[in-house]
Amino acid sequence: MYSEKVMDHFQHPRNVGEIEDASGVGTVGNAKCGDIMRMYLDIDDESHIIRDCKFKTFGCGAAVATSSMATEMVKGKTIEEALLVTNKAVMEALDGLPPIKVHCSLLAEEAIHAALWDYAEKHGIKIEGLKKPKSDISEHDADEEY
Amino acid sequence: MKKVIYLDNAATTKTDPKVVEAMLPYFTEHYGNPSSVYEFSTPCKEAMAHSREIIAKALGADESEIYFTNGGTESDNWALTATAEAYASKGKHIITTKIEHHAILHTGEYLESRGFEVTYLPVDEYGMVSPEELEKAIRPDTILISVMFANNEIGTIEPIKEIGEIAKKHGILFHTDAVQAFCHVPINVDEYHIDMLSASGHKLNGPKGVGFLYIRKGLKLRSFIHGGAQERKRRAGTENVPGIVGLGKAVELALAKMDECAKKETELRDHLISRIMAEVPYARLNGHPTKRLSNNTNFAFQFIEGESLLIMLDMNGICGSSGSACTSGSLDPSHVLLAIGLPHEIAHGSLRLTLSEETTLEDIDFTVDCVKQIVERLRSMSPLYEDFVRSREKKDSKA
Repeated sequence: MYSEKVMDHFQHPRNVGEIEDASGVGTVGNAKCGDIMRMYLDIDDESHIIRDCKFKTFGCGAAVATSSMATEMVKGKTIEEALLVTNKAVMEALDGLPPIKVHCSLLAEEAIHAALWDYAEKHGIKIEGLKKPKSDISEHDADEEY
Repeated sequence: MKKVIYLDNAATTKTDPKVVEAMLPYFTEHYGNPSSVYEFSTPCKEAMAHSREIIAKALGADESEIYFTNGGTESDNWALTATAEAYASKGKHIITTKIEHHAILHTGEYLESRGFEVTYLPVDEYGMVSPEELEKAIRPDTILISVMFANNEIGTIEPIKEIGEIAKKHGILFHTDAVQAFCHVPINVDEYHIDMLSASGHKLNGPKGVGFLYIRKGLKLRSFIHGGAQERKRRAGTENVPGIVGLGKAVELALAKMDECAKKETELRDHLISRIMAEVPYARLNGHPTKRLSNNTNFAFQFIEGESLLIMLDMNGICGSSGSACTSGSLDPSHVLLAIGLPHEIAHGSLRLTLSEETTLEDIDFTVDCVKQIVERLRSMSPLYEDFVRSREKKDSKA
């Protein structure tokens, strides 16, 4: 059902964990639907380069794999470059996902955006092209449709 | 091939080699059509009659009350729709439960779209239907009660005898989906006042694609599959002779060792339950602690998701199933787990392991060891667990 790359990232997820005093943290999804992703970013305030990225995910194999791949894709990038990491890009990097799991990749994209949004709010800056993340567990956005 | 520990016997079972052996002659040797007049087809007719006899005997029924179908789903569809149509002039109300198999639930929805009213009874925290509530739900226009004998997910065995008595008292037909229970627990249709009963071959070490519907004599049910005059004009289509032979053999074998099997499975089941509950924190047992199928276990592990757990068990060669949304193909977890009152996030973390007579103590111990490790690993990755640990630390520091 899953590609080899998805299985690899599920079995050996990269960047699992937390970052203490992270520059930005974003949590998206909700437990009701069975997927929650939390992304931690460590961002250099001068260069806006993402020095480190970690995640924790409650969810299926695809949710774990997309989180893992997304962290790999944004690590070392600037904020602006990280915004270009779309769900499509994550999916392609994983050699595709079953149709019913596409929403997992959307969640990964949103988790990055939510962490960046948190960073921008903490620092009182505006990140061009970044919109307020759509879903957050604290908002009980249970009826979110993907 | 790595060793497979197959713990999904509620999904399907291994066809017993003795069953396969019994079936084989009916593919290449006795392949005649049972409807034909020539002598060449006689062994087919005889073999079918023999299977019918075995099954009828198993239920305390008459051979003429057994109708072969292609399995449990067809039998359920047939029982509900045909009863609804035949008795619509008497009333259009049907009572069933929230924890039925989809073969019943979706047929119920279909009938609702055709002008029938269906009451879906709730169940208690163990998945048990209350006979009192069922009796209260009966109306003058109730024509059918359909309650499953044992639940396929959580294994709870329903109070079928009491329900049958209530149905009889009120003169209402009673159907039971016994797909999980037939040949696993003793069933007598007269003692339990059952009017219709669905069963399937592949849940009792028989072949897939064959089952039957027991229909009590005197019920005016129309046929569901239209065509030829097979099955006393009630179920058209050339009979699946090898399948029917296999089903009969499987029932014969299962009945002979039912008690012995149940005893062995119950011991292993209880060992599995007690080890999981003792060794995995934040776990719960779904279903009734004792009134459950001897081969069924169903757990919910907090803070983790079922599909991840299944994939990791699969990597260790262990086959199980889950009621999580990801495995159900929708955004909602299992309707059975929701009906027993589990919150969504806990229902997502469910695991069903169903044993067979071939399951060994070593299999169970290896499985528990794997489950422990996997649950711990998934929790270390879970933001829900992280939040839980943090809030617990906060509480501890306050205290």
